[in-house]
Amino acid sequence: MDALMNLGLGVFGGAWPAVWTLVKIVLIVAPLMLSVAYLTWAERKVIGYMQVRIGPNRVGPWGLIQPIADGLKLLMKEIIVPSGANKGIFIIAPMLAIAPALAAWAVVPFNDSLVLANIDASLLYIMAITSMGVYGIILSGWASNSKYAFLGAMRASAQMVSYEISMGFSLICVLMVSNSLNLVEIVNVQNQGRFADWGLGFLSWNWLPLLPMFLVYLISGVAETNRAPFDVAEGESEIVAGFHVEYSGMAFAVFFLAEYANMILVSALTSIMFLGGWLSPVGFLPDGVLWLFAKMAFILFLFLWFRATFPRYRFDQLMRLGWKVFLPVCLVWLVVVGVWMMSPLSIWK
Amino acid sequence: MDFQTLVFFFLSAILIVASLRVITARNPVHAALHLILAFFTCGGIWALLQAEFLAIAIILVYVGAVMVLFLFVVMMLDINLDRIRQGFWSYLPLGAMLGILMVMEMGLVLGSKYFQVPAADALMPAGVSNTKSIGALMFTDFVYPFELASIILLVGMIAAIVLTHRGPKKSKYTNPNQQVFVKAKDRVRVLQMPVEKD
Repeated sequence: MDALMNLGLGVFGGAWPAVWTLVKIVLIVAPLMLSVAYLTWAERKVIGYMQVRIGPNRVGPWGLIQPIADGLKLLMKEIIVPSGANKGIFIIAPMLAIAPALAAWAVVPFNDSLVLANIDASLLYIMAITSMGVYGIILSGWASNSKYAFLGAMRASAQMVSYEISMGFSLICVLMVSNSLNLVEIVNVQNQGRFADWGLGFLSWNWLPLLPMFLVYLISGVAETNRAPFDVAEGESEIVAGFHVEYSGMAFAVFFLAEYANMILVSALTSIMFLGGWLSPVGFLPDGVLWLFAKMAFILFLFLWFRATFPRYRFDQLMRLGWKVFLPVCLVWLVVVGVWMMSPLSIWK
Repeated sequence: MDFQTLVFFFLSAILIVASLRVITARNPVHAALHLILAFFTCGGIWALLQAEFLAIAIILVYVGAVMVLFLFVVMMLDINLDRIRQGFWSYLPLGAMLGILMVMEMGLVLGSKYFQVPAADALMPAGVSNTKSIGALMFTDFVYPFELASIILLVGMIAAIVLTHRGPKKSKYTNPNQQVFVKAKDRVRVLQMPVEKD
């Protein structure tokens, strides 16, 4: 590693830190895009088997080349801008959708030291960046000059703003018990306590003491990424395809990439905040980045499972769940955690 | 000129252009989008000043929540700009006065060396969390202004509800509790009928 650093310094001189950061960004984004491609394949396979079908099986062995073929097809297609559309915003909207989904990965730690930017306020950074993802959806709906797209955008923005609040509150509980805004620190704190000393680390992770918050975060995460059963923003049976009904070709593909990149991001964050990140569940196995990937894969599987199982929420039911169920639960649990931490029974000393 | 100065000028240029476009753009949605850009670059400048909590807070609160709702409203309104522009000249004296006042205040802060206004304290030493120190200050030295501000916000919320509330509407609505606890036998009656034979 030192030799590589010295070589880089020799070749690029003063620009080497910037080049090295770019290399690291590519090392995060390229596997992410590949996982997005294969997440779409996994989704079709998993839902296929859940519905007693086979799923894609024609392109390559077990249909493994299918996502590549789909990507190529979308690349070849023409991007049609509807007449009367606001052209500049129409083109910018997909970029605004995917940029936050990628930018948030800057502070996501893969283990103790494997993180692009280990900043103090990384939890706040994540909340700020992910809260901007809604602009791509709103602007695409408005710029398309289409009623269906506009309705989808209105639904999406109302939904994402509502669920962001309960998501934020559940993260506040996490930062209270970890006494830190740093994601690395949040994971390391989960490795302490009685159960961790007994070698049963998975019982000392945040999901158990903060169980209601874990469920709220997971469900809000599904709603935040506009996935079934909360996919009213695209609701095929009601508003055709919602906000991206007018998009074709690569512009549509970018929305698609953003949705799946957001799913992977939410699963990574849930694993880090509540499921102990890269920590091993039992004492006799070593910690490692593979545990993080396994936890992410499990949560992604939950996403697909939800989609295959639940019928779509009606829009008023969705709003009721966000405002009248999750928000009171969060507020109560916030007080409960505060009192618990101050009481002699506190497990976070 | 070092890199930070370069970034500062880059962000300031974007901030100034975006702010100008907020008041000159003909399309209200474009104006709102430029306001979002202005907030975002403002966050960038604050991050340069090592105020990372404020930088993230402005993006989280203004860009992530306030402007979303703002854009939501602006998109649905049918704003006739020509009618809004009619009163331009009659409002100009008041607006110009407020503008000059704000420029003077900014001049006082920036030129504090010459006007004897206490300058901002030195930068924080590295390794001290911005968030923690702001929180500590808010609940010790500035607890009364902080509580006062929250009460004003609460009053604002109640005022907004009172102003827009038009009394209970007579509309049909569903009770989710009843819907959840409904049983199949309340809704469907299975009848036994003898098989008909020709």
